[in-house]
Amino acid sequence: MSAPTRLVEVRQNVLKKNDVAARALRQRFHDAGVYVVSLVSSPGSGKTAFLEKTLSTLLQEQVRAAALVGDLATDNDAARLARSRAPVKQIITGTVCHLEAEMVEKALQEWTLEDLDFLFIENVGNLVCPSSYDLGEDLRLVLLSVTEGEDKPLKYPTIFNTADVAVITKIDLSKAVEFDSKAAHQNIQAVRPGMQVFEVSTKTGEGLYDWLSFLRSRQTPKSHGAILLPPAIR
Amino acid sequence: MHELSIALSIVDMATEEAERRGDAHIVAVHLKLGPLSGVVKEALLSSYQLACQGTALDGSRLLIEETVAAIYCPACQAERPLASIQWFCCSVCNTPASEVLKGRELEVVALEIQP
Repeated sequence: MSAPTRLVEVRQNVLKKNDVAARALRQRFHDAGVYVVSLVSSPGSGKTAFLEKTLSTLLQEQVRAAALVGDLATDNDAARLARSRAPVKQIITGTVCHLEAEMVEKALQEWTLEDLDFLFIENVGNLVCPSSYDLGEDLRLVLLSVTEGEDKPLKYPTIFNTADVAVITKIDLSKAVEFDSKAAHQNIQAVRPGMQVFEVSTKTGEGLYDWLSFLRSRQTPKSHGAILLPPAIR
Repeated sequence: MHELSIALSIVDMATEEAERRGDAHIVAVHLKLGPLSGVVKEALLSSYQLACQGTALDGSRLLIEETVAAIYCPACQAERPLASIQWFCCSVCNTPASEVLKGRELEVVALEIQP
């Protein structure tokens, strides 16, 4: 006969290790005065194009921005983003389908955060797994392209619910794919009431002014470094 | 599919806890799982078996208690069950609600050990 078992209370968050690392990162970002935006979306939603445009515009305006890019394999995205001339670093996750706070911490080792106004973290293209992992970011942005369909938020409610801002991309293709913008907005609001939504086309530039104005309004004022210039893009 | 990473974290956490208690033999891990945790129960259960292989937890069971999601309803000014994970509103008065009070749990609650 086997010995009787005993129940011992533990009460520990399974992601505690990540949460602790994320909290430390958030403090570092805050101390350095850098505003951190993470980007999540499904593969092919236009994350990299959107980020490339955002980085190059910020740089033109003397705002110091850099990016970390997570991918399972290849550094193609980093190479694309580097065209913006912003500092870019690739995090190759191997078989891991999401970024974790420790990976971000490791990737930032050679960078001086104080030299940055904005840091963007592009997560692995995946609408499921990244939702559980805090990366210490100030803002989590979820992207949805018009080619994906209006019901994406209902199919992946958790990631939309944990995001702070949504960006609908490729709106130059809206007509061609008969995108129902009203339904998309309704679905976003259903899973995340009150979420701010931007509609953009990186191809035509439509909507980028609003997005960049929003971003600039979040910039941490620093005693040194960039002068706060009004966004020049339209 | 991040359930395997989650399962590995559970195994690590339980192993550490067992070592702290003088190499207690763990028979089962009790886990609380919320519908908004982003983790799928079935996938986690099968990943757990894999994650346990070759560890002190080999052969142990993962017992999952699923919780109910709740929001703070600004109209009722009270905690209410979430209408649906596709519809973040109060299940009583239908007012949209974004403040999640319960449902994100992914927590090891207890370990069943054989002293």
